Amino acid sequence: MLAKLRAPGWYRAGLFTLAAIAFAYVLVGIVRSAMHFPNAWDDGDAITIVSLIAVPLFVLVGIGCFDYWFYWVSGRPTRPEDHSAHGAQSWKDYFRVNTDHKVIGIQYVCTSFFFLFVGGLLAMLMRAELAQPGMQFVSSEQFNGLFSVHAALLIFLFVIPVFAGLANFVIPLMIGAPDMAFPRLNALSFWMLPLAGLLMVGSFLAPGGSFATGWTAYAPLSTTMPLGQLFFTIGVQFAGASSIATALNFLVTIITMRAPGMSFFRMPLLVWANFSTSLLVVIATPFIAASQFFVLLDRALGFQFFNAFVGAGKDGSVLMYQHVFWFYSHPAVYIMMLPGFGIISEIISVKSRKPIFGYRMMAFSLIAIVILGFTVWAHHMFVSGMQSWIRIPMMITTAIIAVPTGIKIFSWLATLWRGVLHLDTPMLFALGFLTTFTCGGISGVMLAMIPFDIHVSDTYFIVAHIHYVLFGGSLFTIFAGVYYWFPKMTGRMYDERLGKLHFWATFVFFNLTFAPMHVIGVQGMPRRVADYAQQFAGMNLAISIASFLLGLSMLVFLYNMVVSWRLGPRAAANPWRALTLEWQVSSPPPIFNFDAVPTVVGGPYEYGIPGAVHGIFQSPAEAKPMPAGSVATSPTTE
Amino acid sequence: MRRHPIIQMVAIGAIASAIGIALALWINWFPADAAKQDHPIDTLYDVLLIVSIPIFVLVLTVILYSVWTFRMRPGQENEDGPPIHGNTRLEVFWTAIPAILLVSLCSYAYAVLNDIEKKHDHELVVKVHAIQFAWTFEYPQAGGRSVVSPQLYLPKDKPVRFDIDSADVIHDFWVPAFRVKIDAVPGITTRLRVTPTKLGAFPVVCAELCGLGHAVMRSTAHVMTPAAFGRWLAQKQAPAAGGGGAGGGARQLTQQQLVALGRATFTGDGGCGACHTLAEAGTTGTTGPDLGRVLRGQSENAIRTDIVDPNARITPGYSANIMPPTFGQTLSAQQLDGLVAYLATVSK
Repeated sequence: MLAKLRAPGWYRAGLFTLAAIAFAYVLVGIVRSAMHFPNAWDDGDAITIVSLIAVPLFVLVGIGCFDYWFYWVSGRPTRPEDHSAHGAQSWKDYFRVNTDHKVIGIQYVCTSFFFLFVGGLLAMLMRAELAQPGMQFVSSEQFNGLFSVHAALLIFLFVIPVFAGLANFVIPLMIGAPDMAFPRLNALSFWMLPLAGLLMVGSFLAPGGSFATGWTAYAPLSTTMPLGQLFFTIGVQFAGASSIATALNFLVTIITMRAPGMSFFRMPLLVWANFSTSLLVVIATPFIAASQFFVLLDRALGFQFFNAFVGAGKDGSVLMYQHVFWFYSHPAVYIMMLPGFGIISEIISVKSRKPIFGYRMMAFSLIAIVILGFTVWAHHMFVSGMQSWIRIPMMITTAIIAVPTGIKIFSWLATLWRGVLHLDTPMLFALGFLTTFTCGGISGVMLAMIPFDIHVSDTYFIVAHIHYVLFGGSLFTIFAGVYYWFPKMTGRMYDERLGKLHFWATFVFFNLTFAPMHVIGVQGMPRRVADYAQQFAGMNLAISIASFLLGLSMLVFLYNMVVSWRLGPRAAANPWRALTLEWQVSSPPPIFNFDAVPTVVGGPYEYGIPGAVHGIFQSPAEAKPMPAGSVATSPTTE
Repeated sequence: MRRHPIIQMVAIGAIASAIGIALALWINWFPADAAKQDHPIDTLYDVLLIVSIPIFVLVLTVILYSVWTFRMRPGQENEDGPPIHGNTRLEVFWTAIPAILLVSLCSYAYAVLNDIEKKHDHELVVKVHAIQFAWTFEYPQAGGRSVVSPQLYLPKDKPVRFDIDSADVIHDFWVPAFRVKIDAVPGITTRLRVTPTKLGAFPVVCAELCGLGHAVMRSTAHVMTPAAFGRWLAQKQAPAAGGGGAGGGARQLTQQQLVALGRATFTGDGGCGACHTLAEAGTTGTTGPDLGRVLRGQSENAIRTDIVDPNARITPGYSANIMPPTFGQTLSAQQLDGLVAYLATVSK
């Protein structure tokens, strides 16, 4: 037993959790006694807040994320060539700290899909309450909690990390690397994530209910809320730290670990997309960390950053919060979209059997979005009462950012043209994405137009727009990507019929759920309300029914994934006849990806050119041309 | 032969766009049209629809046409498409045209913005005070006094300037029928300009999440003829001018009339029922406690204190600072008497 408590793992993590709570209790007690505060030893709020920070850190130490570094720092012998924590032999290995990017990728994807289902269920509860005007199932306090946790989970625990997960699995394979640049940092990044998610879901247990200020947590509402708010404030720090560490890891991996011959302009567009996304994350994410630290200090220690009514000059600045928050949260929209663009480029090229149209413009438009993405944040604040002139440049940049996005859409269309379209599930989701995302993009340009935005901001029009870009946009690309790489990740094929059923049900009910929201938004229904005027009753009932069917369609996906993973037919190494490197190794790939280092000899999308290849597994000197799409020889360990 | 499919697609696209635009313009998008600001904004939206729909139809047509024409047929499993890597002229075209289009739209939107935010001489100034979860409208009068009302009254065709502030968190003052909104921000005064053009009553909505009672933070904007507005203002000033005397110049009400007035106030727009459940009034709000339960057996004096000073005692399970402490000012003395009488009657 003692050995188990000393070895890294869940027993030690449990012990450390108790230690963290004890630490919080003693720290708060001592500090409050020293300050001569009343009730020094039984202030539940203060102990909880310190525990919220301490417990995740202690758990990370407990499960062993830091062991290697602690050994190194304390001068004890480390074993750099020890691969005992690499690769997975059984399902249990997915619940341990593992440094294999393929295991971490699957951990990421499964964790985030778990939170997708939790977040989706919260949305169902909301739609149940909204099916009729008046209050039926939940109180207004609970309702505010539902939409807040729904948004926070789906943004910070689903869309952002699931892309990191897919990229974690695919990127090293695509660039011909044996792993990520920093495998232990990679493991640490992943394990921060479920802890952040548990904090956010756990907020429902807090006295006073979960955080209920939306995922935007505008001050000074957030600084005056009950304890549940801090579960968000602190949870976001862990999700954000995870995001930053992963992005650094991607940047270093992509810059330094490409296979010989893989120049920047021979990289698949998914690699370009994750390179751009990582730049955004590294620059922008510290800003949301800052905004939430401000809230934490205001709420826990009375710093009064955002209190306009007290302090020497009554100088708390309420608008400051929004500027700092959106300086992250607008680029975050692209953090949640660019990897999807990468996935769509891969799929449309492979499934149309044609090179991607305008490869260089596709890459440059990603970089243009990264740069322009930092110049548009205040379009979220057209009615915030900020200086009114700021609105004009923000309107222009917001409209202009549609140009690189348009280039991508038109290039995908041109890639389809005269191809040989394989209309299987990944391709259907890719084509569905093109239509729904175009809708979301168009409503985005409408929202850039200040006078129209003044009328519809904070209405259901906004709700419709963000779901068209995040559900019809990001989530469709995620589904496309999951189906596309499922054979590579699991070594099994998914059920194509169920996949198509899933697509059509999702596509139809998605549009039935979110399209009518445009109308009720313009008609004047504000968002984030549990109760609404009688005139919107019919539309809301229709939306609620469609949303339940949308929820049901997700069960088809879940069933398909679970059953296919266990019982699906074995997948070939390259079922899609793709050229990129990840398809040139076995499914699933060998433990260190490539038994021989590949050499890249051409572009990633040379379909239609007889004999073209992207990479070969010989040194450049002995390279021989191979027919397009044929499986390169890669002796595997199996 | 190569031209034919494109001509077909252009024809199909043009017809589909026309149908789409007709459908989009047929949808009744906007609420009542009640201010001078409405028309430019509604027209802007129509223009945006007319520009957007052909773009969407273009994308959709190309996808559907490609799926129909280029889908893989049996026997093509191992075939590839032609290796087309790009076309510089086409790429320049679809970069330049959208850019020009977007800049033109921005210029148009800028013109509309200037139009709707134009300043006027002789504006009627209304101060809007937001507090969790109620609106108070203040009409400054000559001599430093002002008239205060929980509902918004405006004369038709008179330019109005709202000066908006907040006593606690961020709220957002929005009258959908006027199309314009702006946040009420603690610490600063924000401004909004409107010229009402239509008589009637229109909802006032809080559009920024402000806490528990956000959904019920509503009021009503009454647009009246200038003469009626003048009478309303004079009548609101009268009791204060009368100075002292319970009920002022107003006629004395019977107990029954008082109870009826109280019930109307309770169930009315932005009334107590928005937040409180009370079986007799048929209200189901859950922001505050169920009054049928907590008021049982309370004296009239205790009830009065609960209304004007809600933080004096808090029902267990509920928090302080949720109910606005402003009802003592925003309700008329008669309404307050009525409410107390009504609540005392139903809670016996």
